[in-house]
Amino acid sequence: MRYYLDLIWAYAAQYLKGRAAYSSDFLAALFSEVLSQLSSVVFVLVVFTQVPDLQGWNRAEMIFLYGYFLVPFALFQGVAANLWSFGDRFIIKGELDRILTRPVNPVLQLVLEGFELESLLGVVSGLIVMAVSGRGLGLHWGWVQTAALLLFSVSGALVYVGLYVTLATLAFWTDSRTGLMPLLWNFNAYARYPVSIYNRLLRLVLTWVLPFAFAGSIPAAALLGRDGMLRLALWTPLVGLASLLLAWAAWTAGLRRYHGAGS
Amino acid sequence: MGLDLSLWPAYLEMARVRFLTWLAYRVNYYSGILVYTINIGAYYFLWQAIYHGRTTLGGLTAAQMTSYVTIGWLARAFYFNGLDREIADEIRDGTVAVQLIRPYNYLLGKSIGALGEAAFRLLFFTVPGLGLALLLFPVRLPGNAHSWGLFGLATVMSFLLNTQINIVTGLLAFFMLNNTGLIQAKRILIDLLSGVFLPLSFYPIWAFRILRWLPFQGISYVPNLAFSGALTGRGFWQAFAQQAGWVLALAVLITWMWRQARLRLVVQGG
Repeated sequence: MRYYLDLIWAYAAQYLKGRAAYSSDFLAALFSEVLSQLSSVVFVLVVFTQVPDLQGWNRAEMIFLYGYFLVPFALFQGVAANLWSFGDRFIIKGELDRILTRPVNPVLQLVLEGFELESLLGVVSGLIVMAVSGRGLGLHWGWVQTAALLLFSVSGALVYVGLYVTLATLAFWTDSRTGLMPLLWNFNAYARYPVSIYNRLLRLVLTWVLPFAFAGSIPAAALLGRDGMLRLALWTPLVGLASLLLAWAAWTAGLRRYHGAGS
Repeated sequence: MGLDLSLWPAYLEMARVRFLTWLAYRVNYYSGILVYTINIGAYYFLWQAIYHGRTTLGGLTAAQMTSYVTIGWLARAFYFNGLDREIADEIRDGTVAVQLIRPYNYLLGKSIGALGEAAFRLLFFTVPGLGLALLLFPVRLPGNAHSWGLFGLATVMSFLLNTQINIVTGLLAFFMLNNTGLIQAKRILIDLLSGVFLPLSFYPIWAFRILRWLPFQGISYVPNLAFSGALTGRGFWQAFAQQAGWVLALAVLITWMWRQARLRLVVQGG
């Protein structure tokens, strides 16, 4: 255990050194991140000057949902950089070999190497947005809610990790450079809004097939105290675990099949 | 190295090469089309829910909004290019100096290349994407040739404006040390201010008034409205004139920037 903690510390130090050397890049990336998040908020704010509610969600609740969505997503993005390039860099170009020869779990290496601090900004801004909009709603918030938030957001992050890792492992079987990641990424955006706006088929897919709804509107609705959502939201940790299990199975199967990048 | 128009065969070749490069790049355009369709879908359902029970919002009916959103993303698939990053990179790593030795105009060459890329994007992203969208969503195409014509004109302007703004952003690399962050930020800003995310008429009046004067609305808002039939007749021609005005103004700006940039390059030597 001590070994792993030391390792994580070493990776973190290297990362910070690298970031400090290119601090202007870091600031620029941060700025872009802020702007990107702002544009989503602008959409909600502007639209709600014209309509009072969206399928029973008022403006403050929509903003709360938006804030909630950011948290598990940012947690996931903080470690996901190498998932995007998995097919291209690690399989086709063979960097996976470098990782496999080291005496540390390959998934941990991928995660640590791909760590991006600026992506975690989303956690902070998400929490702030939830706090502000929650206060405006007069939302009751105590230890139970905080614990629920922690449980739901970590589970939500696990849903993302599970689904995206599973998709990334397709690279073990195909030679595709980018794979289906962009498709999943864009479909992911559907979870930014209440799942009730979609038709039945999409609702089913978003809840039980590609369970992004469990990383977005379902837990958020529960935290907002909307009727009947808490029971459904309690499934979130199970969904997260199931997602992780799927990824683990896919990874193990893929790795078994993997026989190096060539001579 | 001015504008030697007798070199037009060379420029034509540049467009052709660019088109073929994209073709050979094995860009996964099936996934590209699906990505745009998924994007459109998200906004379609969102706007359906927003419009629930209301006939018009921001000057558009629900049906017009569906057309707006659909063409917004598909047109963006067409006019988008990476000229901002390309020019900035070539300035930063110095290859722009090599380009200046060549007998053709650097910026014109880049723009024509962008045109070649746009031709590819039109054929492989926009048109198939529109076909798919027609199958999945209740999109209404412009009713007659006249409307298509207006939309076509507005789109030509839209492409010019977007390319010019990209060139301006790229050229800023001559004057700033590191503008990679700026490029990403600029892309997001343009999406916000040009009407891709949502029609500019939704913004508060004070913001809308300012945005009407800026070139960005000509990139997405004007063509989208023309497509969805919400901008016709005198209103259209006024907007078109404004687009054209900005194309001219930006051309002047670019000429001036380019002159300044070349002076700088000569001075820094090496």
